Amino acid sequence: MPSKGKIEVDIVRCKGCELCILACPQDVLALSDTFSASGYYPAYMKNPENCTGCALCAIACPDVAITVWKEERKGDLING
Amino acid sequence: MKIVFEKTNGLTEVPMRYCPGCGHGVAHRLVAEVMEELGVTKRTVAVVPVGCSVFMDEYVNCDGIQGAHGRGPAIATGIKRSKPETVVISYQGDGDLASIGMAETIHSASRSENITIIFINNAIYGMTGGQMAPTTILGMRTTTSPAGRRAEINGFPIPMCELLSSLEGASYLARAALDKPAHIIRAKKYIKKAFETQIKGKGFSMVELLSPCPTDWGMTPKDAVERIRQEMIPRYPLGVFRDWEAEEKAKKEEKAAV
Repeated sequence: MPSKGKIEVDIVRCKGCELCILACPQDVLALSDTFSASGYYPAYMKNPENCTGCALCAIACPDVAITVWKEERKGDLING
Repeated sequence: MKIVFEKTNGLTEVPMRYCPGCGHGVAHRLVAEVMEELGVTKRTVAVVPVGCSVFMDEYVNCDGIQGAHGRGPAIATGIKRSKPETVVISYQGDGDLASIGMAETIHSASRSENITIIFINNAIYGMTGGQMAPTTILGMRTTTSPAGRRAEINGFPIPMCELLSSLEGASYLARAALDKPAHIIRAKKYIKKAFETQIKGKGFSMVELLSPCPTDWGMTPKDAVERIRQEMIPRYPLGVFRDWEAEEKAKKEEKAAV
């Protein structure tokens, strides 16, 4: 089954605090093995197929580093 | 696919230079999103405090003025009275608002000054290295209370929402936490209501946000949000303490009943 959502992490803003990993109910996220220009290990999608596009990771993110896409379906509430 | 969450235009492109896991980032985002949703970004003035969030005006797309320590509500009063069309917020930490700025806070609330205060409560002085603040909970270890805060020496923590709720002039008071998405969504509702209180001219509004400070608590961001859940929320219960709308409604119903 294709995933219903996807996220993109801005590695310039991400500081690897892991709060998105804590917030994700689907175990999608993990910290990268390579560090960013500012010396942090940014988050990435470890299991992209599980993503539902619920945006909980983006709501928890203190650095507003996450953009979330969701598959459009009829009757869906778009949260903000 | 459709974008369901992206960085709001209320925030600038500058990456925030707070520590990993700091609650200021979430608080800034909520303020910026509320400004954008209400369409008041261009006429908002943020009075930024002394503390880590002194750079807030770099990250949030509104006007800013930096106040002396604790004097945010006094400066906000001046701006609001001379330019009533602006939306004025005073963004303050707990050392700023509950210690050195206690007089300004209480008197602006009792005058029912038409301003909004965003109060970040992380139970310590964050920028200066984690000293004990008036809001430090009992037993909490800080750099100036290494054995934990004791009531007989240091007194009891000050719950600001409860304290201000006894004042007639306080129109909207609420407390939320920034520990998990459900609480963050609720915090945004409170901030929106506080902005609306000011835009409708209903008087003083304040939203207190329990916020993690992983660096000065000596914890990982994960443990810090756990501490908010385990230690801070039981001491500082979440919820709405004063709401002008509910009070007006209750008064009307009372009149109708008589």
